[in-house]
Amino acid sequence: MTNSSGSSSTPHRTRPRVGPLAATTERAPRLDIDALLDSRSTGIIVCCGSGGVGKTTTSAALALRAAERGRKVVVLTIDPARRLAQSLGIETLDNTPRPVPGVGAGAGGTLDAMMLDMKRTFDEVVLSQATEEKARAILENPFYIALSSSFSGTQEYMAMEKLGQIHTEAQRDGTYDLIVVDTPPSRSALDFLDAPERLSSFLDGRFIRLLLAPARGPARLMTAGLGLVTSALTKILGAQVLRDMQTFVAAFDTLFGGFRQRAQKTFSLLQANGTAFVVIAAPEPDALREAAYFVERLTEDEMPLAGLIINRASPGIGADLSAEEATAAADRLNANAPDSTTAGLLRLHADRARIVMREKHLRERWATAHPDVASAVVPALSTDVHDLAGLRRVGDLLAGG
Amino acid sequence: MSLEPTPGGPGPQWPRAQLHVVSGKGGTGKSTVAAALALALASTGKDVLLCEVEGRQGIARMFDVEPLPYEERRIARGLPVGSVAPGAVHALHIDAESALLDYLAMYYKLGRAGKALDRFGVIDFATTIAPGVRDVLLTGKVYEAVLRNARNKQARAYDAVVLDAPPTGRISQFLNVNGELAGLAKVGPIKSQADKVMTLFRSPRTVVHLVTVLEEMPVQETADGIAQLRDAGLPVGGVIVNLVRPRDLGKEDLRAARKGSLDRERVMADLQAAKIDVTHELVGALLVEARDHAERRALEDAQRTIVRGLGRPTYELPRLTDGVDLGGLYELAARLKDQGLA
Repeated sequence: MTNSSGSSSTPHRTRPRVGPLAATTERAPRLDIDALLDSRSTGIIVCCGSGGVGKTTTSAALALRAAERGRKVVVLTIDPARRLAQSLGIETLDNTPRPVPGVGAGAGGTLDAMMLDMKRTFDEVVLSQATEEKARAILENPFYIALSSSFSGTQEYMAMEKLGQIHTEAQRDGTYDLIVVDTPPSRSALDFLDAPERLSSFLDGRFIRLLLAPARGPARLMTAGLGLVTSALTKILGAQVLRDMQTFVAAFDTLFGGFRQRAQKTFSLLQANGTAFVVIAAPEPDALREAAYFVERLTEDEMPLAGLIINRASPGIGADLSAEEATAAADRLNANAPDSTTAGLLRLHADRARIVMREKHLRERWATAHPDVASAVVPALSTDVHDLAGLRRVGDLLAGG
Repeated sequence: MSLEPTPGGPGPQWPRAQLHVVSGKGGTGKSTVAAALALALASTGKDVLLCEVEGRQGIARMFDVEPLPYEERRIARGLPVGSVAPGAVHALHIDAESALLDYLAMYYKLGRAGKALDRFGVIDFATTIAPGVRDVLLTGKVYEAVLRNARNKQARAYDAVVLDAPPTGRISQFLNVNGELAGLAKVGPIKSQADKVMTLFRSPRTVVHLVTVLEEMPVQETADGIAQLRDAGLPVGGVIVNLVRPRDLGKEDLRAARKGSLDRERVMADLQAAKIDVTHELVGALLVEARDHAERRALEDAQRTIVRGLGRPTYELPRLTDGVDLGGLYELAARLKDQGLA
């Protein structure tokens, strides 16, 4: 997979990479969340990151904070925890943004929320693009049913599709001035960025033309290679599957053109200045490695990166006592009193101090390798967030409060 | 650091399982648990294959070896326990493209046609664009590794296969994808192949373990995952509770820490006896840390009760303060074995 932007004709913006030697003591710039949310030029915020780092909560917290600071916001979530969905008023999947109850309207902002229903989004696209007869043929095709409802990968396409739709409507009707997008927990973190490219290569692929060939009549593609392929496919899949597939692809042919066009439009929208990507991570080697991959990939595709949010940081330590000292003292106490409460306190402190050191080290190494990426660190909360009060607290922490 | 006994108990509890599927919410450490389980099984004398399907090369990083090709590589041995000679752990990084070519070569002897398919973009289509096919190929290779057949003559046979599987939210769909496909293809060879894979996945030779941490959302997702697996007719194994906090304070102390009634004078005297430069700030900070810890422990206990209520055997693994390296994996493996998962 090379340059997925398909914009190889435009010259690449080159970001000066500062080598590690230039940034050994300087700390990474701080990500100013409020400046980002308040700037009227920010029209779309995309939250990405690996699974389990708090993407959905962060997206919701950013959206709420922006709304209460006066923006007209819609947040597009993928799979919120049940209680969070309830408090956002979106427990029913109806693919339509709904106002979130209880949002402070003092600053003149609003907040709508929506949970993505991928099958419904897909169906809507088919219905809006094809004639009624053709749409029915597609909606009833077993390949379409499987593709749109249960197979993985579809979610990414549909998240892109829905983002494009909402953006177009917002532009037209002035409903929103900020869209916050939560991205699906993909196997490959950037599947959603690759969606347009995949659709294009799907359309331009020889395989599609091959499947379409019989429907289009002339047998000029009938080369020795094609015969071999068709017989191989028949052998593996069986003739009936091949027929269903051909029907499906033929019916989908015109539709895919529309898909591709819109997907590429959304892709350029993501590259535009009004978009800000926020990469979310946890202070763990795997999550930070994914974050580095995101940052590099976004830079490569010329996507505007706002910065990195490190969630779930361990709370700091209040006592000025090193882990080694604490452990040694605990050992001394335990020698006489195996059940010593104070020894327990010291061991807890040592454990906490070691974790804080480890996380600090990980963050610093990451910052050294990415000196120009602004970052914000959010301490772990002891409970899960499932109401607006909790989201406000996360918002405060994000903004450095 | 000590762990309370869990209902697991000694002795392997899944003697019939040949395929251990390990899933869990992102961030719960499912890959770590899968690796530790493979080592634990090897420590009982079994030869084990550890598979990964998500293209992350996590196994190579954990075991500190070169990135894995599409080829079974020996990466570790189990710990020798008593007189049991440990088995070996092999690893396989399964990618869909290689699995497809492999499959075509093995089942259809499609040497030339395989290349023609590639030239026509069919391989690309099947593995990246046609949704679902990727999962069929990945699970198909796992099936082949569990039930080595006569077509693959040189292949090594394993006593157990451990699959580091996609996350809980996707696991039923992933394992059930052959069922979906079998529904699409009503006849033909791919139908009978898909049926065979589903037969294995739904049999007692397979168990699906779920990894969680003691937090609300992962526990909820585990409960949902169990329900989905049951609905799909897939066999649910144990629940592995990972990243459990240290237990340096007893019940009484925890209660006192939460209420703020720990004996300040006593702590001060103890610290002095332990030759630490005591200040009031230091004592105060330790007590605040203790309260914080006690509050989190209370939340953990509430989640633990819910996990126990799920009706599956549970296993607990501690959070390793310094992160997981190879030594850490062996430590976790020993704990899994002691609790009877392997």
